[in-house]
Amino acid sequence: MSRTQFHSGVTAAEAADAALAASGITSGMTVLVGGFGMAGMPVDLIDALIRHGADELTVVSNNAGNGDTGLAALLAAGRVRKVVCSFPRQHDSWVFDGLYRAGKVELEVVPQGTLAERMRAAGAGIGAFFCPTGVGTLLAEGKETRVIDGRDHVLETALRGDVALIKAHRSDGVGNLVYRKTARNFGPVMATAGAVTVVQVDEVVPTGALDPEAVVTPRIYVDHVVDLSTTTGQTTAPTTAPTTEEPQA
Amino acid sequence: MSTPSTRSTVEHLDRGPLSRDEMAAVVARDIPDGSFVNLGIGQPTSVAGHLRPEAGVVLHTENGMLGMGPEAHGDEVDPDLTNAGKVPVTEPPGAAYFHHADSFAMMRGGHLDVCVLGAFQVSASGDLANWHTGAPDAIPAVGGAMDLANGAKDVFVMMTLFAKDGSAKLVPTCTYPLTGVGCVSRVYTEVALFDVSGPEVVVLETWGTSVDDLAARLDVPLHRAG
Repeated sequence: MSRTQFHSGVTAAEAADAALAASGITSGMTVLVGGFGMAGMPVDLIDALIRHGADELTVVSNNAGNGDTGLAALLAAGRVRKVVCSFPRQHDSWVFDGLYRAGKVELEVVPQGTLAERMRAAGAGIGAFFCPTGVGTLLAEGKETRVIDGRDHVLETALRGDVALIKAHRSDGVGNLVYRKTARNFGPVMATAGAVTVVQVDEVVPTGALDPEAVVTPRIYVDHVVDLSTTTGQTTAPTTAPTTEEPQA
Repeated sequence: MSTPSTRSTVEHLDRGPLSRDEMAAVVARDIPDGSFVNLGIGQPTSVAGHLRPEAGVVLHTENGMLGMGPEAHGDEVDPDLTNAGKVPVTEPPGAAYFHHADSFAMMRGGHLDVCVLGAFQVSASGDLANWHTGAPDAIPAVGGAMDLANGAKDVFVMMTLFAKDGSAKLVPTCTYPLTGVGCVSRVYTEVALFDVSGPEVVVLETWGTSVDDLAARLDVPLHRAG
Protein backbone atom coordinates (compact mmCIF):
# COMPACT_ATOMS: atom_id res chain seq x y z
CA MET A 1 0.00 0.00 0.00
CA SER A 2 1.28 3.43 -0.90
CA ARG A 3 1.20 6.22 1.62
CA THR A 4 1.36 8.64 -1.26
CA GLN A 5 -1.89 10.38 -2.10
CA PHE A 6 -2.68 11.10 -5.72
CA HIS A 7 -4.70 14.08 -6.77
CA SER A 8 -6.15 13.80 -10.26
CA GLY A 9 -9.25 13.67 -12.38
CA VAL A 10 -10.39 17.19 -11.61
CA THR A 11 -9.08 20.51 -12.85
CA ALA A 12 -5.39 21.17 -12.27
CA ALA A 13 -6.31 23.91 -9.84
CA GLU A 14 -8.66 21.68 -7.87
CA ALA A 15 -6.10 18.88 -7.68
CA ALA A 16 -3.40 21.28 -6.53
CA ASP A 17 -5.75 22.87 -3.99
CA ALA A 18 -6.58 19.45 -2.57
CA ALA A 19 -2.90 18.54 -2.28
CA LEU A 20 -2.05 21.82 -0.55
CA ALA A 21 -4.93 21.39 1.88
CA ALA A 22 -3.84 17.85 2.66
CA SER A 23 -0.24 18.94 3.19
CA GLY A 24 -1.21 20.74 6.36
CA ILE A 25 0.52 23.94 5.34
CA THR A 26 -0.24 26.91 7.58
CA SER A 27 0.91 30.49 8.05
CA GLY A 28 4.44 30.95 9.38
CA MET A 29 5.77 27.72 7.92
CA THR A 30 8.99 27.24 5.96
CA VAL A 31 8.30 26.18 2.36
CA LEU A 32 10.95 24.74 0.04
CA VAL A 33 10.12 25.68 -3.55
CA GLY A 34 11.89 23.85 -6.38
CA GLY A 35 13.16 25.32 -9.61
CA PHE A 36 16.10 27.14 -11.11
CA GLY A 37 14.47 30.13 -12.69
CA MET A 38 11.35 28.68 -14.29
CA ALA A 39 12.90 25.25 -15.02
CA GLY A 40 11.45 22.88 -12.44
CA MET A 41 9.33 25.52 -10.76
CA PRO A 42 6.06 24.00 -9.47
CA VAL A 43 3.88 26.80 -10.78
CA ASP A 44 0.55 24.99 -10.28
CA LEU A 45 1.39 24.26 -6.64
CA ILE A 46 2.49 27.84 -6.00
CA ASP A 47 -0.76 29.11 -7.51
CA ALA A 48 -2.61 26.78 -5.14
CA LEU A 49 -0.57 28.11 -2.24
CA ILE A 50 -1.64 31.63 -3.17
CA ARG A 51 -5.30 30.53 -3.20
CA HIS A 52 -4.78 28.65 0.08
CA GLY A 53 -3.96 31.91 1.82
CA ALA A 54 -1.17 30.88 4.19
CA ASP A 55 1.05 33.88 4.88
CA GLU A 56 4.10 34.93 6.89
CA LEU A 57 5.90 32.18 5.01
CA THR A 58 9.64 31.63 4.83
CA VAL A 59 10.38 30.56 1.27
CA VAL A 60 13.56 28.66 0.38
CA SER A 61 14.31 28.64 -3.34
CA ASN A 62 17.27 29.32 -5.61
CA ASN A 63 15.83 32.54 -6.97
CA ALA A 64 13.31 35.05 -5.64
CA GLY A 65 10.84 34.91 -8.49
CA ASN A 66 10.93 35.65 -12.21
CA GLY A 67 8.44 37.82 -14.04
CA ASP A 68 4.97 37.89 -12.49
CA THR A 69 4.13 34.19 -12.17
CA GLY A 70 5.05 31.39 -9.78
CA LEU A 71 7.14 32.53 -6.86
CA ALA A 72 6.91 36.14 -8.01
CA ALA A 73 3.12 35.94 -7.76
CA LEU A 74 3.35 34.51 -4.23
CA LEU A 75 5.61 37.40 -3.26
CA ALA A 76 3.32 39.92 -4.95
CA ALA A 77 0.40 38.51 -2.95
CA GLY A 78 2.24 39.51 0.23
CA ARG A 79 2.47 35.99 1.64
CA VAL A 80 6.22 35.83 2.17
CA ARG A 81 7.98 37.15 5.26
CA LYS A 82 11.45 35.91 4.39
CA VAL A 83 13.27 34.57 1.35
CA VAL A 84 16.27 32.24 1.68
CA CYS A 85 17.98 31.99 -1.70
CA SER A 86 21.24 32.24 -3.60
CA PHE A 87 20.37 34.61 -6.42
CA PRO A 88 17.48 37.04 -5.89
CA ARG A 89 18.62 39.75 -8.29
CA GLN A 90 17.80 39.05 -11.94
CA HIS A 91 16.65 41.02 -14.93
CA ASP A 92 13.07 39.92 -14.24
CA SER A 93 12.97 39.91 -10.43
CA TRP A 94 11.10 43.21 -10.19
CA VAL A 95 8.53 41.91 -7.71
CA PHE A 96 11.14 40.84 -5.16
CA ASP A 97 13.29 43.92 -5.80
CA GLY A 98 10.38 46.24 -5.00
CA LEU A 99 9.40 44.40 -1.82
CA TYR A 100 13.00 44.19 -0.62
CA ARG A 101 13.70 47.87 -1.19
CA ALA A 102 10.44 48.72 0.61
CA GLY A 103 11.57 46.63 3.59
CA LYS A 104 8.63 44.25 3.20
CA VAL A 105 10.60 41.04 2.85
CA GLU A 106 13.64 39.72 4.69
CA LEU A 107 16.48 38.17 2.70
CA GLU A 108 19.04 35.52 3.61
CA VAL A 109 21.57 34.99 0.82
CA VAL A 110 23.23 31.56 0.82
CA PRO A 111 25.84 30.31 -1.66
CA GLN A 112 24.06 28.03 -4.11
CA GLY A 113 25.96 24.86 -3.25
CA THR A 114 25.65 25.54 0.47
CA LEU A 115 21.91 26.04 0.02
CA ALA A 116 21.63 22.64 -1.65
CA GLU A 117 23.89 20.93 0.87
CA ARG A 118 22.05 22.42 3.87
CA MET A 119 18.85 20.83 2.56
CA ARG A 120 20.64 17.59 1.72
CA ALA A 121 21.92 17.53 5.30
CA ALA A 122 18.42 18.09 6.68
CA GLY A 123 17.07 15.22 4.62
CA ALA A 124 19.95 12.98 5.66
CA GLY A 125 19.71 13.66 9.38
CA ILE A 126 22.91 15.72 9.58
CA GLY A 127 22.64 18.69 11.94
CA ALA A 128 25.41 20.81 10.45
CA PHE A 129 28.58 20.48 8.42
CA PHE A 130 31.90 22.27 7.94
CA CYS A 131 32.25 23.72 4.45
CA PRO A 132 35.04 25.76 2.79
CA THR A 133 32.65 27.84 0.68
CA GLY A 134 32.30 31.41 1.86
CA VAL A 135 35.25 31.45 4.25
CA GLY A 136 36.57 34.98 4.67
CA THR A 137 33.45 36.56 3.17
CA LEU A 138 30.43 38.48 4.46
CA LEU A 139 28.36 35.30 4.25
CA ALA A 140 30.52 33.57 6.87
CA GLU A 141 30.42 36.40 9.39
CA GLY A 142 29.34 35.28 12.84
CA LYS A 143 29.60 31.59 11.97
CA GLU A 144 31.84 29.10 13.72
CA THR A 145 34.99 28.23 11.75
CA ARG A 146 37.48 25.42 12.06
CA VAL A 147 40.71 24.47 10.31
CA ILE A 148 40.41 20.97 8.86
CA ASP A 149 43.33 19.45 6.96
CA GLY A 150 44.97 22.85 6.92
CA ARG A 151 42.01 24.58 5.32
CA ASP A 152 39.48 26.96 6.85
CA HIS A 153 35.89 25.73 6.99
CA VAL A 154 32.70 27.40 8.16
CA LEU A 155 29.89 25.67 10.04
CA GLU A 156 26.63 25.54 8.09
CA THR A 157 23.42 24.22 9.62
CA ALA A 158 20.81 21.93 8.11
CA LEU A 159 17.88 23.65 6.43
CA ARG A 160 14.55 21.87 6.71
CA GLY A 161 11.16 22.68 5.31
CA ASP A 162 7.74 22.11 6.80
CA VAL A 163 6.53 21.57 3.26
CA ALA A 164 8.40 21.06 -0.01
CA LEU A 165 6.71 21.99 -3.29
CA ILE A 166 8.50 20.53 -6.30
CA LYS A 167 7.96 19.59 -9.93
CA ALA A 168 8.94 16.26 -11.46
CA HIS A 169 8.38 14.79 -14.90
CA ARG A 170 6.77 11.47 -14.00
CA SER A 171 5.59 9.56 -10.98
CA ASP A 172 4.66 5.91 -10.98
CA GLY A 173 1.60 4.68 -9.12
CA VAL A 174 3.37 4.64 -5.77
CA GLY A 175 5.20 7.98 -5.91
CA ASN A 176 8.64 7.14 -7.31
CA LEU A 177 9.83 10.11 -9.34
CA VAL A 178 11.91 10.90 -12.40
CA TYR A 179 12.71 14.40 -13.57
CA ARG A 180 13.40 15.99 -16.93
CA LYS A 181 16.82 17.41 -17.91
CA THR A 182 17.99 20.42 -15.88
CA ALA A 183 14.49 20.86 -14.42
CA ARG A 184 15.67 18.26 -11.86
CA ASN A 185 17.84 20.87 -10.07
CA PHE A 186 16.67 21.25 -6.43
CA GLY A 187 13.75 18.79 -6.62
CA PRO A 188 15.39 15.61 -5.29
CA VAL A 189 17.10 17.43 -2.42
CA MET A 190 13.99 19.36 -1.40
CA ALA A 191 11.94 16.16 -1.50
CA THR A 192 14.18 14.77 1.25
CA ALA A 193 14.27 17.98 3.31
CA GLY A 194 10.55 18.67 3.47
CA ALA A 195 8.55 17.15 6.33
CA VAL A 196 5.75 16.89 3.77
CA THR A 197 6.57 16.81 0.06
CA VAL A 198 4.05 17.77 -2.61
CA VAL A 199 4.97 17.09 -6.23
CA GLN A 200 3.35 18.20 -9.46
CA VAL A 201 4.11 15.82 -12.31
CA ASP A 202 3.50 15.96 -16.05
CA GLU A 203 2.04 12.47 -15.85
CA VAL A 204 1.59 9.44 -13.61
CA VAL A 205 2.59 6.18 -15.27
CA PRO A 206 1.61 2.68 -14.13
CA THR A 207 3.62 1.19 -11.30
CA GLY A 208 6.31 -0.89 -12.97
CA ALA A 209 6.63 1.44 -15.94
CA LEU A 210 9.56 3.31 -14.40
CA ASP A 211 12.88 1.49 -14.51
CA PRO A 212 13.81 1.02 -10.83
CA GLU A 213 17.44 1.67 -11.81
CA ALA A 214 16.43 5.09 -13.11
CA VAL A 215 14.24 6.29 -10.23
CA VAL A 216 15.73 9.55 -8.90
CA THR A 217 13.47 10.21 -5.91
CA PRO A 218 12.23 7.05 -4.19
CA ARG A 219 8.61 7.05 -3.00
CA ILE A 220 9.52 7.30 0.69
CA TYR A 221 10.10 11.05 0.25
CA VAL A 222 6.85 11.74 -1.60
CA ASP A 223 3.53 12.49 0.14
CA HIS A 224 1.24 14.08 -2.44
CA VAL A 225 1.32 13.85 -6.22
CA VAL A 226 -0.69 16.20 -8.42
CA ASP A 227 -1.11 14.55 -11.81
CA LEU A 228 -1.40 17.30 -14.39
CA SER A 229 -2.00 14.87 -17.27
CA THR A 230 -5.37 13.71 -15.98
CA THR A 231 -6.55 17.07 -14.84
CA THR A 232 -8.64 19.15 -17.14
CA GLY A 233 -8.18 22.73 -18.09
CA GLN A 234 -5.04 24.65 -18.71
CA THR A 235 -1.72 23.70 -17.24
CA THR A 236 1.00 26.26 -17.03
CA ALA A 237 3.85 25.90 -19.46
CA PRO A 238 7.08 27.55 -18.37
CA THR A 239 8.36 30.29 -20.58
CA THR A 240 11.96 30.69 -21.52
CA ALA A 241 13.70 33.98 -21.79
CA PRO A 242 17.47 34.14 -22.15
CA THR A 243 18.81 36.40 -19.44
CA THR A 244 21.71 38.69 -18.99
CA GLU A 245 22.73 38.32 -15.39
CA GLU A 246 25.65 39.62 -13.42
CA PRO A 247 29.10 38.64 -14.65
CA GLN A 248 29.89 36.17 -11.92
CA ALA A 249 27.62 33.49 -10.74
CA MET B 1 48.78 24.08 -18.15
CA SER B 2 49.33 24.57 -21.83
CA THR B 3 51.14 27.84 -21.13
CA PRO B 4 53.71 26.84 -18.54
CA SER B 5 54.71 29.53 -16.07
CA THR B 6 58.31 28.54 -16.62
CA ARG B 7 58.15 30.07 -20.08
CA SER B 8 59.48 33.60 -20.42
CA THR B 9 57.07 36.51 -20.50
CA VAL B 10 55.88 37.28 -24.01
CA GLU B 11 55.17 40.90 -24.90
CA HIS B 12 53.00 41.20 -28.01
CA LEU B 13 53.76 44.86 -28.71
CA ASP B 14 52.45 44.60 -32.27
CA ARG B 15 48.86 43.67 -31.37
CA GLY B 16 46.39 44.59 -28.69
CA PRO B 17 44.54 45.38 -26.63
CA LEU B 18 42.55 42.20 -27.23
CA SER B 19 38.88 42.26 -28.14
CA ARG B 20 36.48 40.30 -25.91
CA ASP B 21 36.46 37.56 -28.49
CA GLU B 22 40.27 37.43 -28.60
CA MET B 23 40.37 37.24 -24.79
CA ALA B 24 37.99 34.28 -24.90
CA ALA B 25 40.25 32.60 -27.45
CA VAL B 26 43.29 33.04 -25.18
CA VAL B 27 41.42 31.50 -22.23
CA ALA B 28 40.31 28.60 -24.43
CA ARG B 29 43.91 28.08 -25.56
CA ASP B 30 45.01 27.64 -21.93
CA ILE B 31 42.38 25.07 -20.95
CA PRO B 32 44.08 21.68 -21.05
CA ASP B 33 42.61 19.02 -23.33
CA GLY B 34 40.14 16.73 -21.61
CA SER B 35 39.42 19.16 -18.75
CA PHE B 36 36.13 19.37 -16.89
CA VAL B 37 35.28 23.07 -16.99
CA ASN B 38 32.63 25.44 -15.66
CA LEU B 39 32.18 28.70 -17.55
CA GLY B 40 30.57 31.46 -15.49
CA ILE B 41 27.65 33.58 -16.61
CA GLY B 42 28.39 36.47 -18.95
CA GLN B 43 31.68 36.89 -20.77
CA PRO B 44 33.18 33.54 -19.64
CA THR B 45 30.40 31.75 -21.53
CA SER B 46 31.96 32.97 -24.78
CA VAL B 47 35.02 30.77 -24.16
CA ALA B 48 32.97 27.74 -25.24
CA GLY B 49 32.93 28.93 -28.84
CA HIS B 50 36.73 28.81 -28.95
CA LEU B 51 37.22 25.29 -27.58
CA ARG B 52 38.38 22.87 -30.28
CA PRO B 53 36.00 19.89 -30.45
CA GLU B 54 38.94 17.51 -30.62
CA ALA B 55 40.26 18.90 -27.31
CA GLY B 56 37.57 16.93 -25.49
CA VAL B 57 36.81 19.63 -22.92
CA VAL B 58 33.66 18.73 -20.97
CA LEU B 59 31.45 21.58 -19.78
CA HIS B 60 29.73 21.51 -16.39
CA THR B 61 26.78 23.73 -15.56
CA GLU B 62 25.90 24.08 -11.89
CA ASN B 63 22.19 23.67 -12.46
CA GLY B 64 22.85 19.99 -12.99
CA MET B 65 24.50 18.90 -16.23
CA LEU B 66 27.86 17.58 -17.36
CA GLY B 67 28.66 17.47 -21.05
CA MET B 68 26.57 20.53 -21.86
CA GLY B 69 26.12 21.40 -25.54
CA PRO B 70 26.01 24.78 -27.26
CA GLU B 71 23.14 27.25 -27.02
CA ALA B 72 19.86 25.97 -28.44
CA HIS B 73 18.09 27.72 -31.30
CA GLY B 74 14.67 27.39 -32.89
CA ASP B 75 13.09 23.98 -32.45
CA GLU B 76 15.92 22.86 -30.14
CA VAL B 77 14.79 25.23 -27.38
CA ASP B 78 13.48 23.29 -24.36
CA PRO B 79 12.51 25.20 -21.20
CA ASP B 80 13.68 22.20 -19.12
CA LEU B 81 17.22 22.41 -20.54
CA THR B 82 19.14 25.57 -19.68
CA ASN B 83 22.57 26.64 -18.53
CA ALA B 84 23.30 28.52 -15.31
CA GLY B 85 22.46 31.78 -17.06
CA LYS B 86 19.03 30.27 -17.83
CA VAL B 87 19.83 30.30 -21.54
CA PRO B 88 18.47 27.25 -23.43
CA VAL B 89 21.24 24.79 -24.33
CA THR B 90 21.51 21.40 -26.05
CA GLU B 91 22.14 17.83 -24.96
CA PRO B 92 24.93 16.15 -26.95
CA PRO B 93 25.71 12.41 -26.63
CA GLY B 94 27.51 11.68 -23.37
CA ALA B 95 25.64 14.28 -21.32
CA ALA B 96 24.55 13.53 -17.75
CA TYR B 97 22.05 15.17 -15.41
CA PHE B 98 22.19 15.34 -11.62
CA HIS B 99 20.59 17.30 -8.81
CA HIS B 100 21.95 20.46 -7.24
CA ALA B 101 23.64 18.89 -4.21
CA ASP B 102 25.50 16.48 -6.51
CA SER B 103 26.38 19.30 -8.87
CA PHE B 104 28.01 21.31 -6.11
CA ALA B 105 29.61 18.24 -4.54
CA MET B 106 31.29 17.81 -7.93
CA MET B 107 32.53 21.38 -7.68
CA ARG B 108 33.36 21.61 -3.98
CA GLY B 109 34.94 18.17 -4.03
CA GLY B 110 37.67 19.37 -6.37
CA HIS B 111 36.57 17.35 -9.39
CA LEU B 112 36.38 20.31 -11.78
CA ASP B 113 39.69 21.25 -13.38
CA VAL B 114 38.98 24.84 -14.35
CA CYS B 115 36.30 27.44 -13.84
CA VAL B 116 36.26 30.79 -15.62
CA LEU B 117 34.64 33.71 -13.81
CA GLY B 118 34.18 37.43 -14.25
CA ALA B 119 35.35 39.82 -11.53
CA PHE B 120 35.03 43.31 -10.11
CA GLN B 121 38.50 43.01 -8.55
CA VAL B 122 41.29 40.48 -8.02
CA SER B 123 44.01 41.03 -5.44
CA ALA B 124 47.72 40.34 -5.87
CA SER B 125 47.33 37.30 -3.62
CA GLY B 126 44.47 35.88 -5.69
CA ASP B 127 41.50 37.06 -3.62
CA LEU B 128 38.37 37.38 -5.75
CA ALA B 129 35.58 39.96 -5.52
CA ASN B 130 32.78 39.36 -8.01
CA TRP B 131 29.44 39.03 -6.24
CA HIS B 132 28.51 42.27 -4.54
CA THR B 133 29.44 45.89 -4.96
CA GLY B 134 28.75 46.52 -1.30
CA ALA B 135 26.66 49.57 -2.22
CA PRO B 136 24.00 50.16 0.44
CA ASP B 137 21.11 49.91 -2.03
CA ALA B 138 22.48 46.86 -3.87
CA ILE B 139 20.57 43.60 -3.52
CA PRO B 140 23.17 40.95 -2.75
CA ALA B 141 23.10 37.88 -5.01
CA VAL B 142 25.85 35.28 -4.88
CA GLY B 143 24.59 32.32 -6.91
CA GLY B 144 27.32 29.71 -7.30
CA ALA B 145 30.22 32.17 -7.37
CA MET B 146 31.61 31.33 -3.92
CA ASP B 147 31.26 27.58 -4.50
CA LEU B 148 33.07 27.84 -7.84
CA ALA B 149 35.81 30.06 -6.48
CA ASN B 150 36.57 27.58 -3.71
CA GLY B 151 35.96 24.38 -5.59
CA ALA B 152 37.67 24.28 -8.97
CA LYS B 153 41.35 23.30 -9.10
CA ASP B 154 42.14 26.37 -11.21
CA VAL B 155 40.10 29.57 -11.20
CA PHE B 156 40.63 31.75 -14.27
CA VAL B 157 39.27 35.28 -14.13
CA MET B 158 38.32 37.15 -17.30
CA MET B 159 37.98 40.89 -16.87
CA THR B 160 39.07 44.25 -18.22
CA LEU B 161 42.15 45.42 -16.36
CA PHE B 162 40.71 48.85 -15.73
CA ALA B 163 37.22 49.90 -14.63
CA LYS B 164 35.24 52.51 -16.54
CA ASP B 165 36.53 55.20 -14.18
CA GLY B 166 40.11 54.19 -15.04
CA SER B 167 40.86 52.51 -11.72
CA ALA B 168 42.77 49.23 -11.82
CA LYS B 169 40.91 46.02 -11.04
CA LEU B 170 44.08 44.08 -10.18
CA VAL B 171 44.71 45.55 -6.75
CA PRO B 172 46.86 45.10 -3.62
CA THR B 173 43.71 44.38 -1.56
CA CYS B 174 40.12 44.08 -2.75
CA THR B 175 37.85 46.89 -1.62
CA TYR B 176 34.67 45.11 -2.76
CA PRO B 177 33.29 42.28 -0.60
CA LEU B 178 35.21 39.05 -1.19
CA THR B 179 33.92 35.98 -2.99
CA GLY B 180 36.90 33.84 -2.04
CA VAL B 181 40.32 34.16 -0.45
CA GLY B 182 43.46 33.31 -2.44
CA CYS B 183 41.43 31.29 -4.92
CA VAL B 184 42.35 32.80 -8.33
CA SER B 185 45.10 31.18 -10.44
CA ARG B 186 45.18 33.44 -13.46
CA VAL B 187 43.73 36.76 -14.60
CA TYR B 188 43.02 37.22 -18.31
CA THR B 189 42.62 40.84 -19.39
CA GLU B 190 42.61 42.73 -22.67
CA VAL B 191 46.22 43.86 -22.16
CA ALA B 192 47.87 41.14 -20.10
CA LEU B 193 47.70 37.66 -18.63
CA PHE B 194 48.70 37.47 -14.98
CA ASP B 195 49.55 34.46 -12.82
CA VAL B 196 48.43 35.22 -9.25
CA SER B 197 48.74 31.67 -7.89
CA GLY B 198 52.12 32.24 -6.24
CA PRO B 199 53.58 34.70 -3.75
CA GLU B 200 54.06 37.37 -6.41
CA VAL B 201 52.16 38.53 -9.48
CA VAL B 202 53.80 37.19 -12.64
CA VAL B 203 53.00 38.67 -16.04
CA LEU B 204 52.88 35.81 -18.53
CA GLU B 205 51.84 37.75 -21.62
CA THR B 206 51.02 41.27 -22.71
CA TRP B 207 49.14 42.65 -25.73
CA GLY B 208 49.76 46.14 -27.07
CA THR B 209 51.73 47.15 -23.99
CA SER B 210 54.84 46.15 -22.07
CA VAL B 211 55.39 44.86 -18.56
CA ASP B 212 57.13 48.13 -17.70
CA ASP B 213 54.20 50.21 -18.94
CA LEU B 214 51.76 48.08 -16.94
CA ALA B 215 53.91 48.29 -13.82
CA ALA B 216 53.63 52.07 -14.00
CA ARG B 217 49.81 51.87 -14.08
CA LEU B 218 49.23 49.27 -11.34
CA ASP B 219 49.71 49.41 -7.58
CA VAL B 220 50.87 45.81 -7.40
CA PRO B 221 54.50 44.80 -8.02
CA LEU B 222 54.81 42.85 -11.29
CA HIS B 223 57.35 40.18 -12.10
CA ARG B 224 58.43 38.61 -15.36
CA ALA B 225 58.19 34.90 -15.95
CA GLY B 226 61.17 32.65 -16.57
